[in-house]
Amino acid sequence: MITQLVFRALDRKASWLIAAILLVAVAVPACNLLIPPGQFGHVPGYLVTLFGKYLCYAVLALSLDLVWGYVGILSLGHGAFFALGGYAMGMYLMRQIGARGVYANPVLPDFMVFLNWKELPWYWLGFDMFPFALLMVMLVPGLLAFVFGWFAFRSRVTGVYLSIITQAMTFALLLAFFRNDLGFGGNNGLTDFKDILGFSVQAASTRAALFALSAILLALGVFVCSMIVNSKLGKVMVAIRDAESRTRFLGWRPENVKLFAFIVSAVLAGLAGALYVPQVGIINPGEFTPENSIEAVIWVAVGGRGTIVGPVIGALLVNAGKSYFTAALPEYWLFALGALFVVVTLFLPRGIVGLVATRAPRRARMTARNDTVPPVLHPKAEPAE
Amino acid sequence: MNAGRLIPIIALLLALAFGAPAQAQTDDATLTALVNALPLGNFKEREVAATALAATGDPRAVPVLQTLTDGELYVIEASGQVVFVETSGAGVLATDPVTASSLGEFAKGDVEKVKVNNGLRRALRTLIGQMTLLSENRGTRLAAALSVLRDASPDTLELLDSALAAEADPEIKTVMDVARAAIVLKTDASSAEKAAAAQRIAERGGREAITILTGALAEAPADLKPAIEAAIDSLERTRAVWSVLQNVWYGISLGSVLLLAAIGLAITFGVMGVINMAHGEMVMLGAYTTFVVQEVIRGSFPGLFEYSLAIALPLAFLVTALVGVAIERSIIRWLYGRALETLLATWGLSLIIQQAVRTAFGPTNKQVGNPQWMSGSFELGGLDITYNRFWIVLFAIAVFLALLAVLNRTPLGLQMRAVTQNRRMASAMGIRTPLVDAMTFGLGSGIAGLAGVALSQLDNVSPNLGQNYIIDSFMVVVFGGVGNLWGTLVGALSIGVANKFLEPYAGAVVAKILILVLIILFIQRRPRGLFALKGRAVEQ
Amino acid sequence: MTDRSGTMLYLNGVSVAFDGFRALNGLSIIVHPREMLAIIGPNGAGKTTMMDIITGKTRPDEGDVYFDGRTDLTRLDEAAIADLGIGRKFQKPTVFESHTVWDNIELALKGPRSVFGALTYMAANDDIARIEGILDTIRLAGRRGDLAAGLSHGQKQWLEIGMLLAQDPKLLLVDEPVAGMTDAETVETAKLLRDIAQTRSVVVVEHDMSFVRELETRVTCLAEGAVLAEGSLDQVSRNPAVIERYLGR
Repeated sequence: MITQLVFRALDRKASWLIAAILLVAVAVPACNLLIPPGQFGHVPGYLVTLFGKYLCYAVLALSLDLVWGYVGILSLGHGAFFALGGYAMGMYLMRQIGARGVYANPVLPDFMVFLNWKELPWYWLGFDMFPFALLMVMLVPGLLAFVFGWFAFRSRVTGVYLSIITQAMTFALLLAFFRNDLGFGGNNGLTDFKDILGFSVQAASTRAALFALSAILLALGVFVCSMIVNSKLGKVMVAIRDAESRTRFLGWRPENVKLFAFIVSAVLAGLAGALYVPQVGIINPGEFTPENSIEAVIWVAVGGRGTIVGPVIGALLVNAGKSYFTAALPEYWLFALGALFVVVTLFLPRGIVGLVATRAPRRARMTARNDTVPPVLHPKAEPAE
Repeated sequence: MNAGRLIPIIALLLALAFGAPAQAQTDDATLTALVNALPLGNFKEREVAATALAATGDPRAVPVLQTLTDGELYVIEASGQVVFVETSGAGVLATDPVTASSLGEFAKGDVEKVKVNNGLRRALRTLIGQMTLLSENRGTRLAAALSVLRDASPDTLELLDSALAAEADPEIKTVMDVARAAIVLKTDASSAEKAAAAQRIAERGGREAITILTGALAEAPADLKPAIEAAIDSLERTRAVWSVLQNVWYGISLGSVLLLAAIGLAITFGVMGVINMAHGEMVMLGAYTTFVVQEVIRGSFPGLFEYSLAIALPLAFLVTALVGVAIERSIIRWLYGRALETLLATWGLSLIIQQAVRTAFGPTNKQVGNPQWMSGSFELGGLDITYNRFWIVLFAIAVFLALLAVLNRTPLGLQMRAVTQNRRMASAMGIRTPLVDAMTFGLGSGIAGLAGVALSQLDNVSPNLGQNYIIDSFMVVVFGGVGNLWGTLVGALSIGVANKFLEPYAGAVVAKILILVLIILFIQRRPRGLFALKGRAVEQ
Repeated sequence: MTDRSGTMLYLNGVSVAFDGFRALNGLSIIVHPREMLAIIGPNGAGKTTMMDIITGKTRPDEGDVYFDGRTDLTRLDEAAIADLGIGRKFQKPTVFESHTVWDNIELALKGPRSVFGALTYMAANDDIARIEGILDTIRLAGRRGDLAAGLSHGQKQWLEIGMLLAQDPKLLLVDEPVAGMTDAETVETAKLLRDIAQTRSVVVVEHDMSFVRELETRVTCLAEGAVLAEGSLDQVSRNPAVIERYLGR
């Protein structure tokens, strides 16, 4: 049965995508470490980190697509899961600093010494052990998703209401993490990391390894999502997206299906955040801002929601565009991003992948199931008819 | 003379100056001559000079006489000028008692104290009393009585008693009575007398009464303590009630701001099912309109500044309503029935508008001035109410009522309600739903513009202004229930009041988090808000 | 009313109001095992509300609703009621438009409804045979790979009936099954429903009188949320109250 599941997950598109990602996972670090600087084909270290960041964003986009594209839950708070994973990893990295901090306290991170804290709060215990931190990276976002989803889906909060309360959720966390007495470094967050699993986070080889890990995580995410959406559960998910109450009358429990997808998605986002933090070297409450979460939504929309490839492409393209714009024309980045939201929703509801599919109708039919945009979500608000 | 002594005198002086604007004012030269006559001659002659000075009735004479009574009045030996002095290092700083201007520093040997004896002192007290507590001017007496109440100095008891005997005005008499009670508590009067005094103070109430009684409690004899404690308790209870009311007022004030920000959203969301994430930016545009109006007024018509908000209101409504209609016609109408897409597209718009404003006006906060009538505060019972909050609450109520009237009494309102309830049917009955949509969106945006004018008086006007309100506004609408203005009103006020009541216990940030969490939980209990439409139509 | 034992569906004195409007007003209906009941009545008579109450979408304000003589349906939600064996076809055909015809049937197919059951589900040969059989019955075998969105209105009706069959329910609630069908299709549908009623209970709501006649079964006429008349179609359609309120003179 397991082999069958694996086999089913690896349909042609997913296989190609995973192969391509794994190729990148090997090629980019190799080009960075093996080809000396100045020579053709060398990938400079800052690009490795930048691309690694993009890959983490791609995982976030993929996780968001699993709930939005397939189950119709437009989460405007997915950045919260990403950030929580990031904080869990950040706590591990803080504990690794040990006595090398400014205040040279062997146990307490600098900001706690600065705030005159005498001992480590209980929720920081255990984070000096990597396996525990890794568990928390998945458990904390998963738990939040479980609690939030349990209440929300059970009481049938759907559509824009759900979107808005997910936004309120991340906003509440933003406010909370800004507070110094919460014990997560307040405004400044967690930073000045020294090493991870004994390797310096600054070292080129560590950065290359983190890049490769990000790519592997993305490949894993693609595999897991593909396995889910290609199963009967995936069909139920799409059915819920398109006609939730109909699935109830067939005996399905949309709240359970949604909860499952939401938790898987949150854990994936948490893992992405955990790999993001050592690469950018900081995690602060800014990651919780609602703007961040909505930006992730546009990556998915640009690439094409309801597809596995779409969010990956969307995250990479939009972030590459952002890097270009913010360097070359910083004034215009928000204009471009704003226009992207408007143009994609008006003219590209199925994203780039949908555009390609329309151009090639023969192939479109083969993949039609995944590419279809949900029809009208609120029939009552439809003016025509 | 020492500064500690000076403060009550200056307070008295100020009280007199403000309490009795009609009071006689003698010109500086005459007054100076009278003041400078004080050190001359023997004690008898000095009494005559003091009487002449008091006869002017000029409030500036009082501190001079008081200082003289205290034996702290000096004369500059060289010029014979009478001065107030203040020790400064080795020398003294002299001040002209009439003009209050500084005369510079003198050596201690250069000034001499104006001497007084007990007889002169008695006479001076009578003179001061006649100028203050015994003055013929009612305002002067009241101010003096209040001042005595504040100080409650046993020295004044004698004067106060004679004033009380002579006083006819009931209000002043009450104040004097309480002042006397406050003084009695400090003297060694009998317990019974003191208990009665404490009772009298408690009846007056207010923060001062608590201070007076708390002060008296420490020195009070044991048998008196329970009575004073009981009096303090009852005063504290009254004060607690007022502080609850004050909190309610703060809550209403916050609620009215939320109402202003959310009510336009309630209309677009309720009628059209459109989530307008650019709503906050409409508020921001309204605030910037106010800024521009004030800039133009400052530059060209400075006299109109007091009316700047009245001018800005219609302009802000117009600007934002037009922007709203433009947005509806160009973008939103293509996305009807796709609520989530509308949400994303309008979010994109909000980014564009923010950045456009940032490019045009710069990223920094803009100064929007408060007209005179929006500044300051007044007291209502035990409440302290600032004028800008007061007017904004009234404005929010006015906007709410106006909107209610538009919805219930105009053809547009009728059509809007029809479209809310059954779009297809309304369309079939010949209502031009696209026009209604455009007008609705324009109306919702225009009201956001009005909110912007009001918020410019409270908040920093910056390109990010709208973002601070958008989540709160959504919470209000979702909490109150879609498609129901009363729901929005109740939602806004209850969120505002709840927030202000949580703040003292939890702090502002935690209160806000708690409110968010509570709303999230509430939505899950009642997914359609407080006042939801029921029935089959909603479910489809 | 009579004892509820031995009944498949038992409604007694069911009332429900929406914002003061009484959609159902003391409605009482009984359906026996392997019996078909046709329900007619004017718009607003409460037919759809009745189905909403049986399937758990709406809770009645008062009254009893029992399934199979013992299960209180007012305590269960939609999924639990569907799981008991009550299938519903909607007035407006509701199929999963972005799924293929085959997947629509597969989603309805009786089987475990748990998340992990669905995740690890592998179509067994029995299941495939059943789906094939249903597709033949509803005459959509040739379009099994097409998206449901591409079907005609009548075909969607048939697909939804197919989904009902796939659920293998004990009681079928069928709301206006022949709207948008040709006469020939209507006759076929009536035949299909009669076949189904050999083994299960069926409640059909329909306006099309010739179709109701084809069903050859007991008829109940509803008006203003209560039963107006019961009996054979001829008896009911001769009832003066029915003529007055529904059929017209």
